[in-house]
Parts: sequence; C-alpha cells; structure tokens
Amino acid sequence: MSRLKSYQIGGLVALAGLLLVGVLLAGGIAWEKWHEGPPTAKIGGPFELVDARDGKTVTDQDFKGKWLLVYFGYTHCPDACPTALNDLSLALDKLGDKRHAMAPVFITIDPERDTADVMKDYVASFAPDIVGLTGSTEQIARAEKGYRVYAAKHPTKDGGYDMDHSSIIYVMDPAGRFVTNFTHETDPDQMAAKLMSLAS
Amino acid sequence: MQFRRFLFSGLAALIAVGGAAFAQQAQSAKVEVTKAWARATPGKSTIGAAYATVTAPADDRLIAAATPVAGAAEIHQHTMENGVMKMRQVDAVPLPAGQAVTLSPGGYHIMLMDLKAPLVAGQSFPLTLTFEKAGTVETKVMVGGVGASGPAGHDAGAMDHMDMGAMAGHKG
Repeated sequence: MSRLKSYQIGGLVALAGLLLVGVLLAGGIAWEKWHEGPPTAKIGGPFELVDARDGKTVTDQDFKGKWLLVYFGYTHCPDACPTALNDLSLALDKLGDKRHAMAPVFITIDPERDTADVMKDYVASFAPDIVGLTGSTEQIARAEKGYRVYAAKHPTKDGGYDMDHSSIIYVMDPAGRFVTNFTHETDPDQMAAKLMSLAS
Repeated sequence: MQFRRFLFSGLAALIAVGGAAFAQQAQSAKVEVTKAWARATPGKSTIGAAYATVTAPADDRLIAAATPVAGAAEIHQHTMENGVMKMRQVDAVPLPAGQAVTLSPGGYHIMLMDLKAPLVAGQSFPLTLTFEKAGTVETKVMVGGVGASGPAGHDAGAMDHMDMGAMAGHKG
C-alpha cells in the first residue's frame, strides 16, 4: 500500500513538473512576444565586418553619430544592386550639406567572391563615399541576421551560383536605431526628401 | 480599246497588290530588335546585362544570345517574390506575333558573363539574338551609365504602356 502510494506520488510530482515546465515555456514565449514590440524595432544591431578600403575591421560603433544607410547585395548582381546603389548615390547628391551626416554602406551577401579589393572598386563606380563592407562567412551571416536579410545561393547550370536576396536600403539613425527603409525601386527624389527631413 | 484598258489596269492592280503582299511578307519574316542597351559595369565586375525591345511578326521565341565581348550570354529572368529578388536562367522569351516585348531591369535580360573588358558608358557592342523560327538578328547595344534605367535618349513620353509598366520605379 505504502509502496503504491509513493509510486502514485511520484507520478503526480512528475505530472506537476511537466505542467510547470509547460506553463513556464508558454509564459516565456508570451513574455518574449510582449517585449518584442513592432518587428522594426529589432532590425540592425551590432556587426563586425571588414572595410573594403583598407581591409581593417569595422563595427557598427564606427558609424555612430551618422545616419547609417545600409544596403546588402553582391557584385555579381546585374540588376537590383546597381539600381539600388545608383539611386542611393543620386539621392546623396541632392542632400547638399546634409550629405556629410550620412554613412552609406554596401554589405556583400557573397563574401566568397566579393573580396575587399572587388568591393572597393565596385562601390567607387557609384559614389566616392559609399563604403564597401565584406568579411568572413560568419561575420556576414551575423550582419544578415541582425538586419533580417534573406540571402541564399542558387546554383547555375555552369557550376556557378547567383544569389536570391532581399533588396532593401535600411536607414539607421545616429544612435543606431532602425528608422525607415527604401528598396531598389524607391525614387531617388523621394529617398533624398526623406533623408533631408530626417537629418534636419 | 475599252476592254484593253480595263485589262491593263486590272493587271496593274494585280501586280501592285501582289507586290505589296510580297513586300510585306519579306518584311514580316524579320524580327525587329530596337533600343538595345546595357549598363556600364562597375569596378572589376565581369558580368553585365543587355536589354532590348523585340517584336516578332509571327509567334516566335528568343532562344539564344551571343556577343564577342562576353564569354557567355544567357537569357535570364528576374522575379521579385515576397521582397526577395531572384534571377533564373530561362530557355526562351515568348514573343507573341506583332507584340513588342521589352527586356528591361526587373524582368528579362541577356546576362553577359566573363566579360572580356568592362562595358564603358558611351561605347557600344554587337549582340546576336537567335529566334526559334526567324533565325538570327544582330543588333548594336549602346552602353549607358552604371545605373541607367533605359536606353540613352529614350523619351519617357514615347514609351508604350509595356515599357512604362516594366520600368516603373526605375528612374535614374
């Protein structure tokens, strides 16, 4: 009898334990959701990458105090990336003295092919102040995760690959917080107007 | 006399109609390729894209492209799905009879790979397009700026609806 009882108690304790774990899990998820806020609040964050100009390590902290304009793309991209970078440079040209408040960066999603050397020459074709950023596969993956960038290799028939990727220009305020975004389809005039109003 | 005149004018009319029909047929066998353009390539990039407007007189398909400036030229299509840009090689671009089909940013393009030299704004290069039925057509591709959104000197007001739709948002 007493053996049976202790067996039953053991079962009850196990059940209670399971219940407690379930409640904690559910509560934890709810708590997480509650504190997540709008999805935009979590875009960005710290990154550590390689500056294509000098091959030196650069972090998000190096851009604090400026409006960070972040575009993720790759140099083997024939369409969206040149369009985005060109439109961004056209917009920058319209900013007058507010231009120095901007830090436009182009982060590669294809670090394998986009070395510092390749990136440096590529961005120079668009605007002198766009900074090309590359890094190790891990560094790039972390930056992509922070900015919620989708990037995936798609193999081609010739044994090479293209990248499937989201094409977004993120606007981060001087404190590093996400404010708004453009795409490669945003009109440069609209981009410039928005940046002007933000920076003034 | 009266009858002779009638016969002559009838013959003349026949010749005129026949000639016109023949001329039209000769003309219609050819695919029209216009406004061929490409963007200048940035930095050391060895890839590029060429665009053009193609009008086939009868249903046809653009099945291949070649140019001496690139190691390979393929037909690619861009699609935007849920904010993700995808580029895929396609076998052909369908060309419905008499309809101008515009290859443009965000849609179809001729992907140029292993460029032998950078594409420089203001220069041009030859491009041969192969059609399933109509054979090959050679065209001259004008190179615009790195962020050009259409052929140089292309008047937006003169664009047809197809152009407008395909190029919406690509102002530059």
